[in-house]
Amino acid sequence: MANWGHGMNKQRSIEIVVGAFMAAGLVALFFLAMRVSNLSAAGDGSGYALTARFANVGSLKARAPVTMAGVRVGRVEDVRFDKATYEAVVTMRIDPAVDSIPDDTFANIFTAGLLGEQYVGLEAGGSEEYLKEGDEIQHTQSALVLEQMIGQFLFSKAEEGGK
Amino acid sequence: MVLDALSRLGRVGIDALASLGRAHLLVARMVAGSSEVVRRPGLLVAQVYNVGVLSVLIVVVSGLFVGMVLGLQGYYVLSQFGAEESLGVMVAASLVRELGPVVTALLVAGRAGSALTAEIGLMKATEQLSGLEMMAVDPVRRILTPRLWGGVIAMPLLAAMFSAVGVVGGYFVGVGLLGVDDGAFWSQMQSKLDFDEDLVNGVIKSLVFGVVVIWIALFQGHDATPTSEGVSRATTRAVVHSALAVLGLDFVLTALMFGD
Repeated sequence: MANWGHGMNKQRSIEIVVGAFMAAGLVALFFLAMRVSNLSAAGDGSGYALTARFANVGSLKARAPVTMAGVRVGRVEDVRFDKATYEAVVTMRIDPAVDSIPDDTFANIFTAGLLGEQYVGLEAGGSEEYLKEGDEIQHTQSALVLEQMIGQFLFSKAEEGGK
Repeated sequence: MVLDALSRLGRVGIDALASLGRAHLLVARMVAGSSEVVRRPGLLVAQVYNVGVLSVLIVVVSGLFVGMVLGLQGYYVLSQFGAEESLGVMVAASLVRELGPVVTALLVAGRAGSALTAEIGLMKATEQLSGLEMMAVDPVRRILTPRLWGGVIAMPLLAAMFSAVGVVGGYFVGVGLLGVDDGAFWSQMQSKLDFDEDLVNGVIKSLVFGVVVIWIALFQGHDATPTSEGVSRATTRAVVHSALAVLGLDFVLTALMFGD
């Protein structure tokens, strides 16, 4: 150990170094929380909830972004299966600042890039009535499932060939 | 002959179980004596210094190099898929979830754990522990408890430093040397890493590793044969057992945390 002098002086030096160590550790944790993880962008569960029903959500998962015009306005909170209607019920939490989403808004499930994650894209309608906490978005379009698209493409090609 | 072999096997089993039992009794006594830490915070500060501050250099330097290597390796793999922008996610996720807690625990086991074992073992060999007992001072409370708590406090802070420095190292290599886009590096990292899922779980891991590494080191020292050979064997055992315990527990914790 380094030479710390004597008595109180030594104890005090150790306390100062330990204080600096703990401060550095907390700064590192803070850096990880704010800069590396999504804490700064996560939202704290505030905002209002909207639901939407989809025939197929693809691989949409909780915490996926909800965007309008490409800007994130909320997050998917929950994806459930409704056993009565055989549909997927997606619950989204929208930022409280975005409080003017028309009630005839269209909800799509898009894919970011060819292999990217799936997200919910909202397209504003023209209504004067705005959606509130707990409302359901009526107009939805399911996720595009690549296998289905390829299947449909092949099927239509085969039909063309048959004529 | 057969009976001899059987009795040897039995003795090994009984010894292993007995030492496991002594280890648990010891940790129970250490935790039960935790009030000592509140009453004499100076003891705790000194141990945070011993375990934490003295390990900062090795942890920070290792973290920097591990992050830089992750940056290099990750870039070569990801560029094959044209996904260089995900480098930040890869570096940060590997560090925060796994390498930060695990490598820090291994480094602390080597840097501080072995020193603790040797210290306690020598205290026992030179009858300082019995001396304390003669003066009606409980050596477990006075000597071991502050060391355990010091390690538990220091470990997550060290792991956070390791990960933070590692991310900066990965950034340095990825963005600085290999030309990954600066904005994409950070924004993808932030959108993919979750505070609760990744960061909190990483901190929980390093808390568990802190308890286990320091516990094993203290137990091996306390349980050492009070000779120079005994202390040296105990030191080796402390490092080997902590490394195995950390890696084994890491698997269990990962399966529990990220299993679904």
